[in-house]
Amino acid sequence: MTITRRDILLGTAAGVAAGAVMPALRGGAPAFGQTKLNYTPEKGAELRVLRWSAFVKGDEDSWIANTEKFTKETGVKVRIDKESWEDIRPKAAVAANVGSGPDIMFVWFDDPHQYPDKLLDVTDLADYLGKKYGGWYEGPASYAKRDGKFIGLPLATIGNAICYRESWMNEAGFKEFPKDTAGFLELCKALKAKGHPAGFAHGHAVGDGSNFAHWLLWSHGGRLVDENNKVVVNSPETIASLKYAHELYKTYIPGTESWLDVNNNRAFLAGEIGLTANGVSLYYAAKNDPKLQDMAKDIRTTPFPVGPTGVAAELYQITSNIIFKHTKYPNAAKAYLQFMFEEAQMQEWIKQSSAYCCQTLKAFANNPVWTSDPNHVAYAKASDLLRTNGYAGTLGYASAGVMADYVVVDMVAEAATGQRTPEEAAKRAEARANRYYRV
Amino acid sequence: MAVDADHTSQGRTPQGRIPRGMPAPAGLLERMMSNRHFLGLLFMLPAAALLLLFLTYPLGLGVWLGFTDTRIGRPGIFIGLENFELMWTDTVFWLSVFNTILYTVVASILKFGLGLWLALLLNQHMPFKAFFRAIVLLPWVVPTVLSAIAFWWIYDAQFSIISWALREMGLIEANINFLGDTWNARWSVIAANVWRGIPFVAISLLAGLQTIPQSLYEAATLDGTTPWQRFRYITLPLLTPIIAVVMTFSVLFTFTDFQLIYVLTRGGPINATHLMATLSFQRAIPGGFLGEGAAIATAMIPFLLSAILFSYFGLQRRRWQHGGQD
Repeated sequence: MTITRRDILLGTAAGVAAGAVMPALRGGAPAFGQTKLNYTPEKGAELRVLRWSAFVKGDEDSWIANTEKFTKETGVKVRIDKESWEDIRPKAAVAANVGSGPDIMFVWFDDPHQYPDKLLDVTDLADYLGKKYGGWYEGPASYAKRDGKFIGLPLATIGNAICYRESWMNEAGFKEFPKDTAGFLELCKALKAKGHPAGFAHGHAVGDGSNFAHWLLWSHGGRLVDENNKVVVNSPETIASLKYAHELYKTYIPGTESWLDVNNNRAFLAGEIGLTANGVSLYYAAKNDPKLQDMAKDIRTTPFPVGPTGVAAELYQITSNIIFKHTKYPNAAKAYLQFMFEEAQMQEWIKQSSAYCCQTLKAFANNPVWTSDPNHVAYAKASDLLRTNGYAGTLGYASAGVMADYVVVDMVAEAATGQRTPEEAAKRAEARANRYYRV
Repeated sequence: MAVDADHTSQGRTPQGRIPRGMPAPAGLLERMMSNRHFLGLLFMLPAAALLLLFLTYPLGLGVWLGFTDTRIGRPGIFIGLENFELMWTDTVFWLSVFNTILYTVVASILKFGLGLWLALLLNQHMPFKAFFRAIVLLPWVVPTVLSAIAFWWIYDAQFSIISWALREMGLIEANINFLGDTWNARWSVIAANVWRGIPFVAISLLAGLQTIPQSLYEAATLDGTTPWQRFRYITLPLLTPIIAVVMTFSVLFTFTDFQLIYVLTRGGPINATHLMATLSFQRAIPGGFLGEGAAIATAMIPFLLSAILFSYFGLQRRRWQHGGQD
C-alpha cells in the first residue's frame, strides 16, 4: 500500500470536520470521533506503548493517527516504541519480570500466558467490548484469556492463505481451485508437470513453517496433545498427514527444507513457484511493484483446502494487547485500549492494515477492506478459523516451548523430505513434545 | 621488602617504633594512603568492580539459572541437576553438541591453516603491501549479520550465485541445495565462518611475524637452510605464543558463534546446524525455558575451558617454542 501518513491525516481531518458539522446540524451532540470512555485517566497520566514493527505501513500510520486522536481528546500523552517482532517476547518478559518499562505492549501468541500474574485484569473492558461489538472470536480470545479472566485484549489475527497464479492453474487443467486436500495434491502435481512447482517452508520459519505444518496436521485430524495435555501426536491421523506431506513434497521446488519465512515470497515473486502460502503481504509486494503488475493481476488467494476431517482450522499468528500491572496509570491504559478498540478507530485501523490484520470482534467483520479486493477475501475469516497453539490442550509454557522448538515443523519436514518415515517422525515428535509436557 | 625499607626511611626504627622527637603519627587515612598494599587494592577496585558486575555476576547468575526451573515471567526454584538430566536424554541437545564440536574443530583448523598461509604471503615484500593488508581485513570489519545475509543469498536454494555460475558453465544441472541438505548445510555454515574468521587469524599472525628479527633468517640463510627449515625452526617456534593466543580466541569465537547460524538457518534443516549457543537461545527466549537454556549455555563452559587450557598448556610449552623437541 502506498497510503502516506499525510493521506491518513487529511482523511482524518476531513472526517473530523464532517463530524463536527453533522452533530451541529442534529443539535449539539458530542463531536464525531469522541468516545465515551468508561475509565477516567489519572491526572498527569502518560503512557508508553511498545509494539512490533509494522509489516504494512498503513497499520502503523493508522495506529499513530488514532493515538494522536486519543491524546487530543484526553490529554494523555502516549509514546509508541517499536521492536522487531522477534524481540517482543524477551522485551515483554523482562518488563513483566522487572516490573518496569512500557505500560502497554503488543505481544504474540501465548505470551500473556507466560506471566499472567503480572498483567492487569481487563475482563471488564473485554466484556464491554465483546458485548458492544458482537462478541470475540473464540480462538483469538483464548490467547488472551486465562481462568475465565481476560489478561489482554486480542488485537488481530494475521491470516495466511494459499497464493497461486490463476493462469498457471488453468494451464494445469484446473478451472477452480480445489477445496479438499486430495484435489489440492492433484493440482500441485499438474502444476509441477507444467514447470510451476509448489513450495512451502520446511525450515525453521516461525510464521510460514508453523502455519503450514499445523494446517497439515489438523486437516487430517492429528493433534499434538489432547484436552488433558497428554501428548497424542503419534497417532494414525498424524501419520496419514505425514504421508500426505511426503506426496505433496514431490511437487515442490528443491530446497524448501532450508526455507525461512521470506524464501517463499522471493521464489513466488521471481516466478520460480506457482503456488505457496503466505500473508497478504506477498500479493501487495507484487501489486506495489510496477514491474510485477502482470503477475499481480494473475495472483489469486484462497483458504487452505480442507482435509479428511472436513473441518477448516488454521494456526495463524495472533497478536494481543496487554497492560502490565506495574503501570502507574491503569485507568489511562484501559481508556487508551478502549478508545483504540472502539468502532471508529478499530475499523479505520483494520482498513488501513490492508487485510493484513483480521478483526477479533465479530461486528467488525463488515469492514470494507474485505470486499475492496477479491484477494482479501481469503484472509477475512482468519479469526474465525484460528485454532490455538497446542490444540486441544491448554495454552502455557509447554505449548509455547513446543512451538519455539519447531517440534511440529521438524516432524513434517522429516517425513515430507523422506529423511524419516512418517512413523519415525511422529514417534520422535512425541518424545520431543513429552519433554515439554513432562511425562 | 621494599615497603619496610620505605617505612624505615620515613623515620621508623627497624622495630617499627617512632623515635622520640619525631612528628606525631599520621592519621589512619594518611598511613593507608601511603601503604602500597592498600593502594594496590584501591586502584584495582574499579576494575574488580567492573569485572564482578559485568562478568562474574552474569556468569554466576547464568550458571545458577541452569540449576533452576526459571521460566520467562516466572522465577524458578532450585531443581538440582534436573535440567542436565533432561538434556542428557535430549537428542536435539546431543546433535547440537556434535554440530558445535564439528563446526569449531573444522572451522578453527581451516582458519588457522589459511590464516597462517595468508599471513606468510602478506609478510613478503610486494607492491601495494599496505593496501592488500587493509583489504584482507574486510570480512572481519563487515558486521557479522551483514555478511551472514550476503551468504544467505549466496546459499539461497533458488538464487544462489554459485549454483547459477556452475549451471551456466554446464557443470551442474540443478541448483545445489546448500542449506537444505543436512551435510551441505553444515559445510556451508562452516565455510561462511571460515571466510569471516580468516582475517583475524591472518592479521594477528602477521603482527607476530613482524616481531621475528630478520637477523635470524639471515644467519640461517648463511648456514644454508632451506625455506622449510627456516619456517620450521625459526618462524613457527617464535610465532607459537601468538598462535596460542590467536587460536584460543578463534576457538572461543567459533564455539560461541550465534549470529551466522541464526541468520542463515536458525538451526535448521531439522536441527542439522543448531549449535549449543543457538539452541540455548531458542529454548530460553522464544521457548521461555530460561533454566534449560541456561543449562545448555553452562554445558558449554567445560568445552570452552578445555579449549583454553589446551591452548595455554599445550601450545605454550617453552621447549617447543625454543626449537627443541617435546
